[in-house]
Parts: sequence; C-alpha cells; structure tokens
Amino acid sequence: MNTGVVRSLTRALFVGFVRDRAALFYTLLFPLFFLVVFAGVFGSADSPRVEVARVAPVPLLDQALAHDPGLRDTIEVTAYRTPEAAVRAVEKGDADAFAAQDGGTLSIRYSVADRVQSGIVQSLFGGLTQAANRAATGERPAYRLEARQVEDASLSAIQFFTPGLLGWALSMAGVFGASTTLVTWRKNGLLRRLRLSPAPLRSVFAARVLVSLVTALIQLAVFLGVALLPVFGLRLTGAWWMSIPLVLAGVLAFLGIGMLVGAWARTQEAASAVTQLIVLPMAFLGGSFFPLDSAPGWMRTLSYVFPLRYLNDGMLDVMARGLGPASALPQIAALLAVAVVTSLAAARIFRWDAT
Amino acid sequence: MEVRWALRSYRPIMAHTIRATGLRKRYGAVRAVDGVSLEAGEGEFLGVLGPNGAGKTTLLEMIEGLREPDEGEVTVLGLPVWPRNAALLPRIGVQLQATSFFERLTAREQLRTFASLYGASGARADAMLETVGLAAKADTRVEKLSGGQAQRLSIACALVHDPEVVFLDEPTAALDPQARRNLWDVLRAISTGGRTVVLTTHSMDEAETLCDRVAIMDEGRVLELGPPAALVRGLDVPARVSVPSGRLPRAEAAALPGALDAADDGVSLVVSTRDPAAVLAAMGARDALDGVQVRGATLEDVFLHRIGREYRA
Ligand SMILES: Nc1ncnc2c1ncn2[C@@H]1O[C@H](COP(=O)(O)OP(=O)(O)OP(=O)(O)O)[C@@H](O)[C@H]1O
Ligand SMILES: [Mg+2]
Repeated sequence: MNTGVVRSLTRALFVGFVRDRAALFYTLLFPLFFLVVFAGVFGSADSPRVEVARVAPVPLLDQALAHDPGLRDTIEVTAYRTPEAAVRAVEKGDADAFAAQDGGTLSIRYSVADRVQSGIVQSLFGGLTQAANRAATGERPAYRLEARQVEDASLSAIQFFTPGLLGWALSMAGVFGASTTLVTWRKNGLLRRLRLSPAPLRSVFAARVLVSLVTALIQLAVFLGVALLPVFGLRLTGAWWMSIPLVLAGVLAFLGIGMLVGAWARTQEAASAVTQLIVLPMAFLGGSFFPLDSAPGWMRTLSYVFPLRYLNDGMLDVMARGLGPASALPQIAALLAVAVVTSLAAARIFRWDAT
Repeated sequence: MEVRWALRSYRPIMAHTIRATGLRKRYGAVRAVDGVSLEAGEGEFLGVLGPNGAGKTTLLEMIEGLREPDEGEVTVLGLPVWPRNAALLPRIGVQLQATSFFERLTAREQLRTFASLYGASGARADAMLETVGLAAKADTRVEKLSGGQAQRLSIACALVHDPEVVFLDEPTAALDPQARRNLWDVLRAISTGGRTVVLTTHSMDEAETLCDRVAIMDEGRVLELGPPAALVRGLDVPARVSVPSGRLPRAEAAALPGALDAADDGVSLVVSTRDPAAVLAAMGARDALDGVQVRGATLEDVFLHRIGREYRA
C-alpha cells in the first residue's frame, strides 16, 4: 500500500465529505438534536420525585423530612389553600398525593393514572408510617436495610442517551457512508476509472475507511462535548477513553455492513432502502433509544444479532457504569468479527461496473 | 500529415505498441465486437470511426484491459492487459466515454488527486489544467463544470502522468470548435513526442487531420483500415464542382467536357466529375467561376459508402 496515495485520497474524500451538507446533517446535527430532546424530555425522570400536596401541616411527614435529609431529594411538599384545590392538583397530575394527618391517622389520596408513581406513593407513605410506629414503641429494629446504587452516579437520562444516540449516529454514518460511496462510484464509473489507475484498490478503500474513522472520532468528540455541558450534565466514569477503540471497532463493523449493502445494491434507491431497513431496527433493538434491561427476553436475545448492541453495551459500561477498561474487550472483539465477516462477504459479491 | 505518415510507414516497426488479435465480445445476442485484430506502432495515431453501437467503446475497453474479451488477446507495450496489470497501468492514460469524478472536488483538487494516484506532482497537475484551458475554472466544483469543461478535465486526468500510450473515447464529442482545435494541438504535440494515441470519434475531419490510420467499424467488425488519404483515394468517388445557381443552365453544365452529371437544387449547381481541371477550365471559358467550390471525396464519403446512408438505431 502506498502511503502517499492513501494520504492524498483521504484528503480528497474528506474534503468531499465535509462539503456534503446532507451527510453532515445526518452524521452530526440530527443525532445531536435527538440527544437534546431526549435529555430534555427524560431528564427529570432520573431520580423519582414525589410531589405531595397538603393543606394543614402533616407532622409525621415533617418529622421524617427533618430526620432524614436524603428524603428531601425525593419528596417535595407544596401547600394548598383548600382540600378541594389539593385534590384537583392530584387529579391533574401536578401533585402525586394529597396528604393529611388527623391525630394518629395519616391519610393520603392519590391517582392511579400513573401506576409507577402511585406505587411509589403507597410504599413511601407505608414506610413512613411503619418507621414512625417503631419509633413510638421504642423497639429496636431487627433488620436494617442498606441500599446503595451500583453505579457511582445515577444512570440518568443523559448517561444513557449519550452512548446510545452516539451509537445510532455512528451506525447511520457508517452504513450509509459505505453503501452510498460504493453505489455512486459504481454508477458514475469512478470505480472503473480507478481500476485503470495503478493505485491498488486497497489504498482506495483504506482511504475511505480512514475518512470514516476520522469522522467517527469527530462525532464522539462533539457528542461528549455537548453532553458534558452543564445543562446536560454528563458525568464520565474512569475508563471512558475505552470508548475510542470501541467507536473505531464499531465503525469498521458498520462500514462492513454498508459495503455489503453497496456491493449488492444496483441503485442508490435500493441501497438507501436496505440501509434504512437495517439501521432503524438496529437502533431500536440495539438499545439506542431505550434501555433493554426491562425489554422482553426474546427482544434481548434478538438484540445480540446487531453489532450496535455490543457498541452500546461497551460504551455504556465504560462511560456511565464505571466498569474497567478490560470490560470493553469482548465487545470490541465482537465488533471486529462483524467487520471481518461482512467485508469478506462484500468482497465476494463486489462488482466493478453497473452491468 | 501525409508526409509524416509516409515517412513513418516505411520505418520498420520492431515491436507493436498495441497488438490485439481476434477480439470478440458479445452481450447476449449482440456481438459488440466480432473478431477484430489491430496493431499500432510506436508513435502512431490511430483513429476508430463508426456509427453509434458499432463496438468502438467495447473494443477500446478491451484494449485498455477494462473488459475481459470473450476471445482474443491484447498486449500493450509488450505486456498482456488482462488481468489487471499494475506494471502497465502507469504507462497508459485513459479517458473513458462517460466522465467520472470524485464528488464535490474542484477541478484542481480533482486533477491533483488523480495525479497522486499516478505519483505525478501537483505542479504537473496545475500545468495540465492550463494545457486543457481550465485554469480559470480551477476552483469550480466538478458538478458545476459544463459538459465540455468536464470532458476537458477528464482528458487532463488521462494525460496528467505523461503516459506512453493514450486512449481517448470520443474526447471531442462535447467540445466547442475552439476547444476542439486546442485539444487537437495538444494531441498532436503528444503524438509528435513519440507517444501512441488511440481515439474514437464521429468526426471525419478530426480523423483526417489527426490520425495516421483509421479503422472504420460497424457491427463489431473493422470494415476498412488504413491512412485516411489512402482510404479516400481507394474509394474512387467523383469530385464535385459547385457554383451558385443561375450561372449556368443545368443541361449545359452536364454536357461540359469531363462532367459526369449535374444537379441544381435552386441554391447550387453541382457538377460531378473525375476531371475537375477540365470542368473548371470549361466553366472559366463561360465566365461562370464566380463563387466556385471544388470538393474532393472525403473520409465521410468513405464512411457513408461503407456504412450506408439509412439511419439505424
Ligand atoms: N455492458 C453492456 N451490456 C450489454 N450490451 C452492451 C454493453 N456495452 C455495450 N453493449 C452493446 O454493444 C454494442 C456496442 O456498444 P459500444 O458501446 O461498444 O458502441 P460504440 O461504438 O462505442 O457506440 P457510441 O458511438 O454510441 O459510443 C451496442 O449494441 C451496445 O448496446
Ligand atoms: Mg462508445
């Protein structure tokens, strides 16, 4: 391979890419837009807050809040003028529960419109009442619950969506980039023309791959840059830098898929359609848009068909879950395996010209 | 032209720069190239003429090593062209019939990229841009070039590494007359420098001015092969002497000494003859020479004679 050829081709292809407004939009702006929207919509859902409405003071609640400062992160108390106003607030969803205390009776009214939230309300007040009962009898608790999260920081929306949407962006750029390049170059005859130049074909492909790798690193930098802004508040964990080899391996896998599509497709339309058919399900089932932990078993099993699943898992582990650098190695291996298999298949069905 | 050819034709050619033997290529029922053998010597300028679909592009692409022949063999500079021969490729320059470029690059970036593929310098690329008259368009993106400008850029890409053998598929098809003359000058200079050039064209005057020899092709076969002048002489078509209508009655013109026939279409009176000197003398005696034009047989006559006049798809 001739490094001079690769360098000048890489420069030429990169210049061509940067001038492609549509490609820039789909590789950078579009996924960033999703990041901003998702972080905004789901951002408040990170630590479940319970909003409690009251009219008269609720001593039990006030004591608990005074006693356990941690509870103040969970419970927010708002005073209303009349019981009717408080009930209306619960009905409208502005408050999760209307609490009142009459001597020894704590009464709460809640809505079941949001089942998760109503469950939280019930268990929260149940717990408060039990704790108060125990304190009143002076009995020492036989069991003590010690709860701590496994992540060093809570897996808030931004922690999840940054790697997930970045993975989606990388898969779009990789698969589309490779398939479009191959089909356009075959259609406009550039492949045939390049075949008559002494530059080895692998130099041409190496240059194209380099452009994609550089683009992917730019995507990574921009995504992290935006997510780290105080408004979004991404907190990177120790081995986040392992996301760099992960991203590079991921791009190789996506380029492989794209080349397979491009080698097969005869027209640009066919290539785009098939690429969409691959990328969109892969983004959903690969866990880019929602966590797969709560998904049904078959979906979780199916998700391992898609290379994006490995990329998302790997990035989530090192960027947000605080796992060590070695945790990403199996995912990197899986991504490279996909890259090798798809590229070999693409090379087998590769055609120089359109007829 | 003729003198140059005559000299060269008597020079013993040691090795043929291009040697194609028994080439055949079919697409389904179409015999695109149907048994063609061709040779070109070092420094020769060879033209391939023929109607649309005659098989020119297919023939040229087999000689370039871009298409695999069904039958037959090709060597260029003594080396087989198929399968892809990396030792040969830096020594040949190719302009394909359809222009194809890297997307969204300017003309200069395009040419420099192609130059780098061949290990040629950027300075050489810029000089080539000048040569094909695109210096003013250096910073224009390839998508914004006119058809003729794109074609000139494509030709520049073929010549940028100073190849020994040049293949051009209808290089002047989209060029304006001035660009065409300029390109002829460029090609002539290349050819005089000892390089071998093969081009296809639909333009008879192009073939007549540039080519040492032309091959006239139709339906995949070479019908005629030789120097343009020899082909024209061999055709034995009468010359045509024409004057504006009204100088001479048609019947009188047809009876002039040496005249074979005369026709008057209301604009011109055309006398066909094998002895134009006698006809001209007789017309002069009748004081009817004002605005006279004499046209001998041209390559076009050879072409139309061989291919026929009726239109085919
Ligand atoms: N890839 C192909 N598949 C099928 N048929 C083809 C293919 N390429 C050429 N042909 C057919 O082979 C014949 C010769 O085509 P070719 O392109 O060589 O003609 P040409 O002389 O270059 O014509 P033109 O002057 O229009 O460029 C035509 O009938 C064409 O339809
Ligand atoms: Mg052609």
